[in-house]
Amino acid sequence: MQDRYRKQELFIGKEGQSRMEKSKIVLIGMGALGSASAEMLVRAGIGELVLIDRDYVELHNLQRQQLYTEEDAAAYLPKASAAAKRLKAINQHVKLQSVIENVDHHNIEQLMEGADVILDATDNFETRLLVNDAALKHGIPYLYGACVGSYGVTCPILANGDAPCLHCLLEQLPQQSETCDTAGIIGPIVQWVAAVQVTQALRLLSGQKLKAELCAFDIWTGDYSRVDVRGLRDASCPSCGMDAVLPFLNGAEQTRLDVLCGREAVHIRPGAKKSLNLPALAEEWAFAVDHVTANEHLLAFRYREHRIVLFTDGRAIIHGIDDIVRARSLYDSLVG
Amino acid sequence: MSIKLNGREHELSADIQNVAQLLGSLSLENRIVIVELNKEIISKSAYADQPVRDGDKVELVHFVGGG
Ligand SMILES: [Zn+2]
Repeated sequence: MQDRYRKQELFIGKEGQSRMEKSKIVLIGMGALGSASAEMLVRAGIGELVLIDRDYVELHNLQRQQLYTEEDAAAYLPKASAAAKRLKAINQHVKLQSVIENVDHHNIEQLMEGADVILDATDNFETRLLVNDAALKHGIPYLYGACVGSYGVTCPILANGDAPCLHCLLEQLPQQSETCDTAGIIGPIVQWVAAVQVTQALRLLSGQKLKAELCAFDIWTGDYSRVDVRGLRDASCPSCGMDAVLPFLNGAEQTRLDVLCGREAVHIRPGAKKSLNLPALAEEWAFAVDHVTANEHLLAFRYREHRIVLFTDGRAIIHGIDDIVRARSLYDSLVG
Repeated sequence: MSIKLNGREHELSADIQNVAQLLGSLSLENRIVIVELNKEIISKSAYADQPVRDGDKVELVHFVGGG
């Protein structure tokens, strides 16, 4: 036994520890949740970790994204590389793979190849439903986790033909949702969500079963809730039902992005049309955006130095940018 | 009347009589929510018809997307 894991091994057992050291976890997203989970997993001695993120480190990440430093932000380091640098210093024995890419239906299956567990640390529902489809197809457990404000929620998606999948639970892609950019977030709830997800991963890797249970906690008010969701498996679910078509994995539901030539702008079209309540969004975003102009068709505003025009059907034009990955990241941080 | 919401006593004003109104009073009407009423999950289409009564035990989880 390596001495560094002695206390953990006392708890999860020799077998559990040895499985841990042979296991591979894929982390989708290296923001706040990804940073917290990665650090715990690397300290716990996971065999291999795949770190996937499309973004680079910015100063406003440092409040809660524990792996990154002011130096990383000044150097515009991609999160996946900055994370690997820090994680390597914590535990040189873990095999790390950094992927600086946007996860989409073309690359997801290859990125999760050989994974024992997929850990959700992304910031939008479309990517979650894509990962859900891919995890179901390959029978890999997928641990949903998310947080906004002081509230966090988790649920293991077990891909065992019995428990519901994320698509069963959501029924549809949410039209709009609060995001950390629009509703804010405090660091402690990140730690709670990541702690629950990593515990679920430890249980799975030690050969324990997980219950299909939705679990939510508001760390500010202390409200805790838990719902047994076994009964929510939907036989007609497009992702896990009898005639499953995996709509997110086959690309049908995927958001399209095009650079508008000569205009330094990106046009974003959601795969399924939305019907956004723009006045309500303008109110919710009051602290995140400025220079707001609205009419019955669209909302125009400035957000992080970009002029953005958002239409009721969910389409958006982001000005002052020609990098589609960056544009997508901006869009998701607003619309969710 | 009062219900037990997520394990805690929660006072409801008299005009809240069904699940849809309860969600509205918590500003959750536009969110995707799982509602468990006395250990039974209520389907989304039944929120407006499902009465909420004094002493009911309600567990609510709403989905968020941040990370
Ligand atoms: Zn399903």
